[in-house]
Amino acid sequence: MSVLVFTLIVLVGAFLAGFLGSLTGLGGGVIIIPLLTLGLGVDIHYAIGASIISVIATSTGSAAAYVKEGLTNMRIGMFLEIATTVGAILGAVIAVYLNAGYVAVIFGCILIFSSLMTLKKKVDHSTLEYTSKGARFFKLNGSYPVKGVETPYAVKNVAGGFFMMLFAGTLSGLLGIGSGALKVIAMDNIMRLPFKVSTTTSNFMMGVTAAASAVVYLHRGQIDPGIAMPVCIGVLIGATVGAKVLVRAKTDKLKIVFAVVVTILAVQMIYKGLSGGF
Amino acid sequence: MEQTKNITDKDIQSLVGNLLRAGVYLSMAIVVLGGIIYLLDHSAEKIDYAVFDFNKVSLKTVEAIFSEVLTFKGAAVVQFGLLMLIFTPIARVLMAVISFFVEKDYLYVLIGLIVLSIIMVSLSGGFAH
Repeated sequence: MSVLVFTLIVLVGAFLAGFLGSLTGLGGGVIIIPLLTLGLGVDIHYAIGASIISVIATSTGSAAAYVKEGLTNMRIGMFLEIATTVGAILGAVIAVYLNAGYVAVIFGCILIFSSLMTLKKKVDHSTLEYTSKGARFFKLNGSYPVKGVETPYAVKNVAGGFFMMLFAGTLSGLLGIGSGALKVIAMDNIMRLPFKVSTTTSNFMMGVTAAASAVVYLHRGQIDPGIAMPVCIGVLIGATVGAKVLVRAKTDKLKIVFAVVVTILAVQMIYKGLSGGF
Repeated sequence: MEQTKNITDKDIQSLVGNLLRAGVYLSMAIVVLGGIIYLLDHSAEKIDYAVFDFNKVSLKTVEAIFSEVLTFKGAAVVQFGLLMLIFTPIARVLMAVISFFVEKDYLYVLIGLIVLSIIMVSLSGGFAH
């Protein structure tokens, strides 16, 4: 395949990945990696390097909008970034020593888990019980605008959230994805944030987390300009268009169709990983 | 007291939002430019990504990318744009540290500096081998 044909195919594929990833809430990274590896025969190390770059582009782009709306809790983001950046570097270093087949198997499992999470109905666990000493010490309790009225919320189980974030960061660094699904669990279910705050704050942290592991991948030679270029351009444009459409579209059915497709891809990744195809 | 604090927080958030957006646009523009140069020079070549090779990509460090970018070779310009993109969220942490300092929230100055130093150690290549 020539460079030109490859670039064009990846551009289109990355656009679709970004578009569907943003419509379904799954993110572009988890789709672009199977496309590159299963579809185009690209080594998974290059696919992960390119994907992590696209995660920085999309999360940073949308974080800009969220921050302005005052939904992001910068202190929670900053505090948990200690966990996610340490995890991200840890994951990127583990990836060096781990057989590519195992990486593919772990990737497939996370893919299935994440697509199931997009189907689950979101429940708001937010609370006004100011009982956490950690939350008070780190000044994590906050407020956010609900229909123009500043509404306060309390944060719980800071240590539990921190460790879950360490895990999310490790997977992000290992697999080159944003691991948004795990971050939302840490913030929604464990720390009990209102989900508007958790979604935007997790998005805000994603860029920094991905930057930490991207640096390791850069030094490892996994960020190839010929792949990363069409991937990040395509995913970013796709995600931007997706975010515009999302406001108007009903995505329930799309999410189900997409979860099925993603699960098939995931099973293929796991099978190929176990049978030594990577 | 409370009122002035709210205003600073809002101002900071708006500033941070603008910085993030400008960083993404600028770095993507550089990537697109590099991509066009890259395609003009290499479009007919065969791709070779089937097996990962540590030595295939030559532009792996900040120093290498900075010294090569002025040759205006496509790959170098793309890597430079990608590096700018990587720096954007890192610059965001730096700005947050400064704004916490202005607010005299020294606990969060410290937390931000911890995050920055984790990334800096990684950037110096400390974890790559």
